[in-house]
Amino acid sequence: MAYFGDATAHAAILGVALALGFSVSVFAGALVMSLVMATAVSTLSGRGFAMDTMLGVMAHSALAFGLVGVSFLSGVRLDLMAYLFGDILAVSRADLAVIWGGAALVLALLLWRWQALLTATLSPDLAHASGIDPRREQMVLTLALALVVAVAIKVVGVLLIAALLIVPAAAARPLSTTPERMAVIATLIAAASALGGLGASFRLDTPTGPTIVCVAALIFAGVMAGSVLTKIVRNNG
Amino acid sequence: MPLIEAQGLGVRLGGVEVLHDVSMTIEPGEIVTIVGPNGSGKSTLLRTLIGAQQPTRGRITRAPGLRIGYVPQRLHIDPTLPMSVARFLNLPRRRPAAALRAALDGAGLPDLGQRQMADLSGGQFQRVLLARALLEQPDLLILDEATQGLDQPGSAAFYRRIEEVRQEMGCAVLMVSHELHVVMSASDRVICLNGHVCCEGRPEIVAQAKEYRALFGTGTHGALALYRHEHGHSHDHDHPQPHEAAE
Repeated sequence: MAYFGDATAHAAILGVALALGFSVSVFAGALVMSLVMATAVSTLSGRGFAMDTMLGVMAHSALAFGLVGVSFLSGVRLDLMAYLFGDILAVSRADLAVIWGGAALVLALLLWRWQALLTATLSPDLAHASGIDPRREQMVLTLALALVVAVAIKVVGVLLIAALLIVPAAAARPLSTTPERMAVIATLIAAASALGGLGASFRLDTPTGPTIVCVAALIFAGVMAGSVLTKIVRNNG
Repeated sequence: MPLIEAQGLGVRLGGVEVLHDVSMTIEPGEIVTIVGPNGSGKSTLLRTLIGAQQPTRGRITRAPGLRIGYVPQRLHIDPTLPMSVARFLNLPRRRPAAALRAALDGAGLPDLGQRQMADLSGGQFQRVLLARALLEQPDLLILDEATQGLDQPGSAAFYRRIEEVRQEMGCAVLMVSHELHVVMSASDRVICLNGHVCCEGRPEIVAQAKEYRALFGTGTHGALALYRHEHGHSHDHDHPQPHEAAE
């Protein structure tokens, strides 16, 4: 389900186009479209569809329709690059408030549902037997994902949101023995990537969103190399 | 009153009728075994009883506040999800450290709390699944072919543990198995399933029933011979051993 985030993020560009077309807030448009896409994906999953194909079809069609939709908007001078790749330097105080608010909401949601969410993720049958409805927990995850995409769109852009969802978590995996540890380490790696990427892009005059993802990818590569080396040393010692 | 009762249960999966007219009850403290050939709907019945599968017909009545401990046939833990044994035992509810230690001791795995689930052997994994189900203090323990992949001594030990658990905790046990000879001797009641309930009753009665024999056969290749296989006798080697042919 790593591409779940990808599809949701790509749908957000369609949300941006619609929001600009109907002159409502970009955040609201992105949130609604992300929610629609995330709900569609989680409804279709587990119904016998080939998931990777479905996600590929839906993600890229949403992106294409979004781009075509934006081109119809005459009179609006729109910096599409800002939504595709993010523009952290254009973030206003109001945007910051939305980002912090969204992050707090997602964190609260996760803390509240954590045990049930984890059980349902591990095995829907175990969840059912314990009186947990896995579909409800799936909806919680869907909602959290849509929120993250909607608040992150300005900073990293739709094309790279999925990278920031996946890469820090993947880098945290070899360092973790429990899901909680993985969540904390992934957050630390993500924060380090954001700060490192910001610094690097300032110094090298590179686009900020992609630079952040590059730093995350380098950390991932470092951790992987480290864990492979540790295994070799352990096996030989 | 029964812990759980199914009345006229019917389940269709992908247009195929997997179960029809299944009625059954589980009373407190009894051990019930469901036997049936492959594709007879055993796992579907268990999944319907725990609420993971919606019945297309009929209904299920649970005793109020019924706690179910479920041990699935197998559990695939995604390699991207780190999960230590101790963390797994804390799902879906967090337990005090003393309860976790007691659960690991009871499962015969006192030192494995920090081990990753993915690194356990098949037998250890099944014992951890059982230990987690028991931490729920279940009124009803449901096991779906829980000894699949274990060798014969391993599964015999597993079923002895189930018997102990019933005596210690007084919970009812509902299990599915194809290892008839091991299971039947430990069951109070056997339900023979093949899309519907073919026959049910005490193990020795079911073993004689013609519906059961039609499904599993008789003689040295059948389950009946296996059931009569006595455990604990000494294997003297001067006489031919008819039961070996059935193993």
